[in-house]
Amino acid sequence: MLEAMPHRSAIMNFLFGRLTLDSLPFLANNAEGRILLVTLAVVVIIGLAILGAITKYRKWGYLWHEWFTTVDHKKLGIMYMILGTVMLLRGFSDAIMMRAQQAYAFGPEMGYLPPQHYDQIFSAHGAIMIFFVGMTYIVGLMNYIMPLQIGSRDVAFPYLNNLSFWFTFGGAILFMVSLFIGDFSMAGWLGYPPVSELQQGPGVDYYIWGLQLSGVGTLLTGINFVVTILKMRAPGMTLMKMPVFTWTSLATSGLIIATFPVLTATLFLLGLDRYAGTHFFTDGFGGNLMMYINLIWIWGHPEVYILILPLFGVFSEIVPTFSGKPLFAYSSMVYATIAIMILSYLVWLHHFFTMGSGADVNSFFSLTTMMIAIPTGVKIFNWLFTMYRGRVRYTVPMLWAMGFLFTFTIGGMTGVMLSVTPADFLLHNSLFLIAHFHNVIIGGVVFGVFAAVNFWFPKAFGFKLDEFWGKASFWFWLVGFWVAFGPLYVLGLMGVTRRLSHFDDPSLQPYFIVAAFGAFLIALGILTFVIQIYVSIMRRKQYAVGGDPWDGRTLEWSTSSPPPEYNYAFIPVVHHRDAWATMKNLGFTRPQGGYNDIHMPKNTATGVVIGALSFACAFGLTWYIWWLAALSLLGVIVVSIAHSFNYHQHHHIPADEVRRAESGSNHVTAAQGASA
Amino acid sequence: MNQPSPSHAVPHDGRDPMHEHQGSLRGYLTGFVLAAILTVIPFWLVMGNVIANKQLLILAILALAVVQIFVHIVYFLHLDTRSESGWNMMAFIFTAVLVIIVLGASIWVMYAENANMMPMSSQYEQNAISHQPTTRHPTR
Amino acid sequence: MNTTAIDTAPPAPSDYYSLTEAPPRNGTLLGFWIYLMSDCFIFASLFACYAVLGTEYAGGPTGAEVLDLPGLAVNTALLLVSSVVFGFAMLEMQRLKKGAMLGWLAIAGLLAAVFVSLEIREFLIMIAEGAGPGRSAFLSSFFTLVATHGLHVTLGILWLIVLMVQTVKFGLNEDNVRRMRCLSMFWHFLDLVWVGVFSYVYLVGVVR
Repeated sequence: MLEAMPHRSAIMNFLFGRLTLDSLPFLANNAEGRILLVTLAVVVIIGLAILGAITKYRKWGYLWHEWFTTVDHKKLGIMYMILGTVMLLRGFSDAIMMRAQQAYAFGPEMGYLPPQHYDQIFSAHGAIMIFFVGMTYIVGLMNYIMPLQIGSRDVAFPYLNNLSFWFTFGGAILFMVSLFIGDFSMAGWLGYPPVSELQQGPGVDYYIWGLQLSGVGTLLTGINFVVTILKMRAPGMTLMKMPVFTWTSLATSGLIIATFPVLTATLFLLGLDRYAGTHFFTDGFGGNLMMYINLIWIWGHPEVYILILPLFGVFSEIVPTFSGKPLFAYSSMVYATIAIMILSYLVWLHHFFTMGSGADVNSFFSLTTMMIAIPTGVKIFNWLFTMYRGRVRYTVPMLWAMGFLFTFTIGGMTGVMLSVTPADFLLHNSLFLIAHFHNVIIGGVVFGVFAAVNFWFPKAFGFKLDEFWGKASFWFWLVGFWVAFGPLYVLGLMGVTRRLSHFDDPSLQPYFIVAAFGAFLIALGILTFVIQIYVSIMRRKQYAVGGDPWDGRTLEWSTSSPPPEYNYAFIPVVHHRDAWATMKNLGFTRPQGGYNDIHMPKNTATGVVIGALSFACAFGLTWYIWWLAALSLLGVIVVSIAHSFNYHQHHHIPADEVRRAESGSNHVTAAQGASA
Repeated sequence: MNQPSPSHAVPHDGRDPMHEHQGSLRGYLTGFVLAAILTVIPFWLVMGNVIANKQLLILAILALAVVQIFVHIVYFLHLDTRSESGWNMMAFIFTAVLVIIVLGASIWVMYAENANMMPMSSQYEQNAISHQPTTRHPTR
Repeated sequence: MNTTAIDTAPPAPSDYYSLTEAPPRNGTLLGFWIYLMSDCFIFASLFACYAVLGTEYAGGPTGAEVLDLPGLAVNTALLLVSSVVFGFAMLEMQRLKKGAMLGWLAIAGLLAAVFVSLEIREFLIMIAEGAGPGRSAFLSSFFTLVATHGLHVTLGILWLIVLMVQTVKFGLNEDNVRRMRCLSMFWHFLDLVWVGVFSYVYLVGVVR
């Protein structure tokens, strides 16, 4: 059934499964091979340089003790953000390769990417952008901000939090490895059968196991955050006094719990079809590939709300802060969040109206899709009314928020167009659809992440980000987005379909050239963002700020920047919404003494070890190296059991140490905050 | 005998895990008897060919299963509105609603797909089998 | 910003900060319950597959031909008794009777182990008869759903053994009591899923 390579000895097959020298595409003597060889060389050189620098400056111990084994939600949040940024660069290189190919491959010119390579690129681009950029970023943001906002010392399960990160990291590495060893799935970002069933080689298996690893990590995160929000809020913070970002984190985590198991099950069944010869989604023997599409979208549609809801929360924090007013209609914002959370589970079929469920089914899902625009519209109006008659400060986070309002609203409206079933029959799988979902995901998720990074960076590191480069990055992204995707809307209305690596009609070429130029502008947006980070780090003394640089409204601004390991020397007691704003208004002062010992979780290496073993298991499964898969799975079980024998997972920070940390910190007292 | 001291048994949030929504012998036995009865009836219905009407029989089996699931939830899992300030119950209701959506809508959607798109289902399968006797991956 | 006039003295620190350190609240029981809820969705997906594909026999055996109802009755009884026996263990735990608790746990684990072995035996017989998971979509979804439940039971047994060792070694301390409560939920949850399996997969599978 799954014998590896027939032409070599049994022992080699046992040791290496189906992995051979031919599986290394960068050794191939063709254009693709040479591109990959150069890429590999660059990756190896940069990698060696980084490893060498770490070794030279003796930072391995620091990284291991302070970062890899940490259970501190703030450090894990930062690690997620770094991982997300690295994966953004990878996903964006895929994007710019596609834009270049499509601008170029017309008529006799076939472009520089052969179709099977192009197919791998669009599959990798989509999967990476959703799972390892979008999800990684939002989990990072929630990790950093949410426990601070609810006045907690950490999440409910700090060790699981570390483990989740390493699962996600393992999945990301598996995706990256597929670039140089073997190939990647050609079945699109969702791995539709029959392509995903029929494609030989490790490509689809990389996809399956990479997503399974990161999916488990995300599920654990979801459970962790729900319990954190339900059990660990500061005294007095009732549900309706929670900051909106915390509310949206709760809704997103709830959706993660309700959907990621469906993804796990679906990919598991696809894996069984590929590995064990079952017939879930096969053609024949009673298998039904439409069931795959049904199941994957039961996960897939809530997933887009999982991505966007936390960013709705981000804007609900940024807009009031820079308008100097409380959020307009807080409770309607909360109810809209809950409505979106429930409704998002009832719309999945709009992704396959054209599959033929008939008028009654299509009408039902069409109506629910239109209905979900209502709570979303409520939110848009709430942000606008928050700005109305406020004293708006046009800082970089606020610019991103306004760019979001403009871009996302248009993206939302093209979504409503697609929800009209007859229109969808014309626009399905066209570039109009591509433009629509990039419109909401870039305009919503990406803009939101950049807004959040600019807003909370001073909290995390104690200095602001550079304004000039921040604004440059914003304008490049905003203009670049419209230049890149405006033409795709037009092309989609003209009937051009997605995922094509070559076109015959030369009259389409100008649109694609404009789109490629837009992608180039977005590249400048990313470059200026990197410059912004670099410049700000160089000028960190000059840009240093205290605990409350923006005149913030929620609790995270009441502690120092960066916050101490234990977040708050004294747990805040909450009486009002916008707790910190109220405390500042009352001219409140922070207690200056009487510190207590603080109870904190200890670091653990178990997460790293289990993450590494799971990666080895996934790699073994991908390449049919059964001994590796079996041993590492056994290792995961043994290490987990061993971990459960450790009953002493906490330590105390003595009051003296807290006093020392607090006296040296850059707290703003409430009185200073109010006068600022 | 390594018994915990009384102070050790009381958890930090002030409630005692030893005594929170505990079961009782009577509760477990009641649950057991009810579950046993609700298990025996559907077996009897099927193995004794009691109901001739297939659809009615399936409905009866499913209805008994739902009742038994609730028996398990109440008597074995001790779910009530008080545990964890009601969040256990809230999570359960949320899950139940969405699970019903997953099951119900999947069946509805796929039934409609099959009805519209695979009108000659059985004939189609016959062909598929005769053409693909053993291989999983007919192409390549 | 809001300029509420402050005409009274600023509030005391104790109004806005807890000056004493409250012990952290433990969320494990709630978290484990939520994990079980998420597991419901794995089973829901597999049940949905069985509902959609369960009549796709592809010319192979039907449910009425291959499903073994007497064997199912034995398995169902084993699991139900195991579930209630686990309840007895929990009652002994509440009375802090470690020995009696371990005794009931051993019985519960043994019953579950017999359940798993009978299930494996049933699978092997079916595969030998040519009714393996690769024969038709019906059988694929049958095997996957039942085996996923069986895998959960197997992991439950492993967990049970580990926890028994830990209880013997470290006593009924706060952590072990909490773990027992989680495992108890897991055990009863698997019995609950089995109600769905024997009713829908087997009984309905035989009828339709």
